[in-house]
Amino acid sequence: MDHLPALVSEARDAIQAAQSVAALDEVRVRYLGKKGEMTTLLKGLGKLSAEERPAAGERINQAKQTLAGEIDTKRQQLESEALEARLAAERIDVTLPGRTQSAGGLHPVTRTLERIEGLFTRIGYDVAVGPEIEDDYHNFEALNIPSHHPARGMADTFYFDATRLLRTHTSPVQVRTMKSTEPPIRIVCPGRVYRSDSDLTHTPMFHQVEGLLVDEDISFADLKGTIEDFLQAFFERDDLSVRFRPSYFPFTEPSAEVDIQCVMCSGEGCRVCSHSGWLEVMGCGMVHPEVFRHSGIDAERFTGFAFGMGAERLAMLRYGVNDLRLFFENDLRFLRQFA
Amino acid sequence: MKFSEQWLREWVSPQLDTQAVADQITMAGLEVDAVEPVAASFSAVVVAEVLTRESHPNADKLNVCTVDDGSGSSVQVVCGAPNVDAGQKVPFARVGGVLPGDFKIKKAKLRGVESQGMICSASELGLEEDTSSGILELPIEAPVGMDFREYMHLNDMTIEVDLTPNRGDCLSIKGMAREVGVLNRLTLTEPEALTVPAEIDDTFAVDLEAPEQCPRYLGRVITNVNTGAETPLWMVERLRRSGIRAIDPVVDITNYVMLELGQPMHAFDRENLSGGIVVRMAHPGETLTLLDGQEIALRPETLVIADQAGPLAMAGIMGGELSGVSETTRTIFLEAAFFSPVAIAGQARSYGLHTDASHRFERGVDPELTPLAIERATSLLMEICGGQAGPVVEAKSEAAMPTTKHITLRAERLEKALSKRLASDDVSDILKRLGFSVTESEGNWLVQVPSWRFDVSIEEDLIEEVARIHGYNNLPVRRPAARLSLRPTDEATLSLGRLRRQMVARGFQEAITYSFVAPELQSAMLPDAVSPVLANPISADMSVMRASLMPGLVRAMEHNLNRQQSRVRLFETGLVFNGELDALSQVPMMGALVCGSRDPEGWSGAKVGVDFYDLKGDLESLLTLGGNRDAWRFEPAEHPALHPGQSAQVLFEGKPAGWIGTLHPQVRATLGLKVDAVVFEVRLDHLSQGCVPAFEPLSRFPEVRRDLAFTLPSERPVQTLLDCAQVKAGEYLKDITLFDVYAGKGVAEGYKSIALGLTWQHPSRTLNDEEINQLVESIVAQVQAELGAELRG
Repeated sequence: MDHLPALVSEARDAIQAAQSVAALDEVRVRYLGKKGEMTTLLKGLGKLSAEERPAAGERINQAKQTLAGEIDTKRQQLESEALEARLAAERIDVTLPGRTQSAGGLHPVTRTLERIEGLFTRIGYDVAVGPEIEDDYHNFEALNIPSHHPARGMADTFYFDATRLLRTHTSPVQVRTMKSTEPPIRIVCPGRVYRSDSDLTHTPMFHQVEGLLVDEDISFADLKGTIEDFLQAFFERDDLSVRFRPSYFPFTEPSAEVDIQCVMCSGEGCRVCSHSGWLEVMGCGMVHPEVFRHSGIDAERFTGFAFGMGAERLAMLRYGVNDLRLFFENDLRFLRQFA
Repeated sequence: MKFSEQWLREWVSPQLDTQAVADQITMAGLEVDAVEPVAASFSAVVVAEVLTRESHPNADKLNVCTVDDGSGSSVQVVCGAPNVDAGQKVPFARVGGVLPGDFKIKKAKLRGVESQGMICSASELGLEEDTSSGILELPIEAPVGMDFREYMHLNDMTIEVDLTPNRGDCLSIKGMAREVGVLNRLTLTEPEALTVPAEIDDTFAVDLEAPEQCPRYLGRVITNVNTGAETPLWMVERLRRSGIRAIDPVVDITNYVMLELGQPMHAFDRENLSGGIVVRMAHPGETLTLLDGQEIALRPETLVIADQAGPLAMAGIMGGELSGVSETTRTIFLEAAFFSPVAIAGQARSYGLHTDASHRFERGVDPELTPLAIERATSLLMEICGGQAGPVVEAKSEAAMPTTKHITLRAERLEKALSKRLASDDVSDILKRLGFSVTESEGNWLVQVPSWRFDVSIEEDLIEEVARIHGYNNLPVRRPAARLSLRPTDEATLSLGRLRRQMVARGFQEAITYSFVAPELQSAMLPDAVSPVLANPISADMSVMRASLMPGLVRAMEHNLNRQQSRVRLFETGLVFNGELDALSQVPMMGALVCGSRDPEGWSGAKVGVDFYDLKGDLESLLTLGGNRDAWRFEPAEHPALHPGQSAQVLFEGKPAGWIGTLHPQVRATLGLKVDAVVFEVRLDHLSQGCVPAFEPLSRFPEVRRDLAFTLPSERPVQTLLDCAQVKAGEYLKDITLFDVYAGKGVAEGYKSIALGLTWQHPSRTLNDEEINQLVESIVAQVQAELGAELRG
């Protein structure tokens, strides 16, 4: 019994000296385990008298608890040191680039087409598409452009033979839709179109989006509102000035060209708008009764409007692209700018 | 249509500056393309008289002249022009003046002779491009000392209007003035319409054999015409300002009348005509040498002006060389005719021609204009070239003349079309000023269309006229109202956008290549492809419709490889064209191409090049998008553009739907490609065919997994092993995974080791070992029997 203080002191030293959780565990077993020294002391109580026993037992248990507490503290200390060391060892450079495949991107024309489609589908238009090799009937005749019509000279057409051609606009899709659908009709027709023209500002293939709305009581005012809203939404400019100029398309009457205030110079006049302050961006008009007749729609009951625009032109204005031909070179350095 | 502003203002002159007039007509639908000064700027140029001319003492080609420039004292000037002579009136640039191109006139000594100023040519004043014509000789009555710009009315602008093809009526000063008059509510001042009475009896018979094509033909003989007369400077200038070069007085006068009134005319040399004019369709085999010297084989659908001997001119398009007016002509036969637009339209273009006359006739020339035009031309001709006019001979088919159109414009329809009620008087006024006869009836307008408006035939045309003159921008704006009705939406279908975005997510850039390709490129890759060929391609390398997306993608890859972009991942969607025109398929496809390293350049991992399986993985990611992966299969097959050992046909529900493979080394060599590339091309309609998910209850019972490794003869596709195992694995097989492929040490030569992980699960009970063992045994037996594959120990 007398060596209890010495034993406690010795145990304390051993606890403090432990360098690891495992070493600490050994210390615990040596002193507090079933066969440990403190347990042995307790077992030796039987040799004491009944009077001495409770006090001695009390002392030994207190010493045991003290040691157990110190071991716990030490364990926590060792564990947290071990964790620190591990974390330090596992440190990585989080600024290194990640390992995944980098994302690609949509072509700016697709991006533009999708944006235009989105603006219209959100208010109830459907997207309609059609063939690119068309016949004379759908590309011209049904659109009130008979073979002798001077308007045939307006678009330089790629022909395969006397009647088969590459569509010069997406209007044939409108014709096909009107023939197969009862009004109300609300569609936008995006797609590739072809004209035999190739210079700085023309490519023999480009993209159009045309729109068509046919219903009862549709007026020129509805057309103006739709176009104005669209252009302001497309360019995200509420204050964008839009003007309508009388023009001519065989398939609409009345017809209009649409100009917007130049988005490059805000109408001040610059190279892009030829110093006029205005940019011609699309054509539109009220569907010609002859077109309705070809499509079997009652022109007395229904009226409608149609519009068409070039996607590349809008993309150039929106993103500031200065060379049309870049759209079809598929240069990755160009394409990646629109990812 | 290009014209002088001053000329227009003689007819109608609103109180607006040039730009305001240009803006006004643009906003009325006659788009002004350009407004430019008629002459470049120059100063201190006056009318002068050449008093004397002597040869330069020290230079053969120079003259020394004295001129009177109105300053009071005569001025000595050295002049190099061979045509300078005493007595001439000339434009003279005084010392201190500045000519176009910032050319300053200074006192100078030319070969020792003092020169104080310069006698100018038309080209030096920017009035003509031809620099060979010597000094500009002015009419003798030109007042000496007068400012040359003032004398020539050069402080004028040309206005160029890009007219839409419906507005043939505006291809003249008269037509433009009519529009400007309407817009400003001004009446026109027309030049006095002089009729020239016949002084002689000479006529030349005219017979209309094709009245449908030519309902009206006026002709007139004029004798003793001096074709050597000078076209007056004012006329030369007006023609020039309209972009027409003066040629000789007769041609100039017919051109002038065409510009002024809109009536194209023609003059024949009467001496070269025989028997009378016949307006008829060309006969088979007839030819005609045109004014420009080219000989044309006429087609029977072409209208000609002929005489007894044969065709003289292509009606309404161009005259013939032999019957035309020349320096020796003394008697002319003047033509003013109405040719129906349908007869002329397309004809000029079909011969590769386009003339001022054909441009007008195919758009429609006022049939009532002919008498006015022939009188106007006669009076100008006699004023300039002298002569005696015979009576006007007219051949006309009343039946074939365009009928006068009557249209009712309903007030209610007009209001509905524009969402605005316009004052009735305003509507009437607009229409009347445009030349329509208008009667109001019960609030509607009964309208008679003027003979020059070929483009107006229905109510909508009148609505446009009213709207246009009222001003589109003065019309109201509203938004269409529509019923909010839901439409059926097919949930199983994957959108094109979804498929594209999957490719983008896997690192592809979208390409858009031309739909027409070079025939050599296409045949190098697809020797058997048949696709439509353009009759009029823009160039030979854009002449064949693509039968596949592969050629375009290969070209796009090359473009990038040539620009130091070694890692290319591109995809494209679009139509491919297969078959003859009469059995043509236009099918939307998704194509992709990869070359270069598998991963973007980085710090991690090995640098390996892409191979077949990389792209196949990309494709498979598309196939799984819609939950319909099982509908797709890959089968070894050969494609001319692809490596025979590294290509597969892609099948959808057992039907061919595309290809995937490495480019054939031979094709690579033919196309001169420096790197390997893997491509695929699959039908978009099938790619977008997904499924609506169908729920299966989750089993609460444990899965059982067995891993089996087989040695399979090398030439056997793994798919056969998978199929075989699948069939024998029973209905509770949940999943089959291929987790290892190995050939080499430990596996017999000619074999490969394939490790499969099979997972079973029963929906309502635990599967026991015994039944799984039985399934495994039957798989092993079947695989052995069917494929010669052995279970590895």
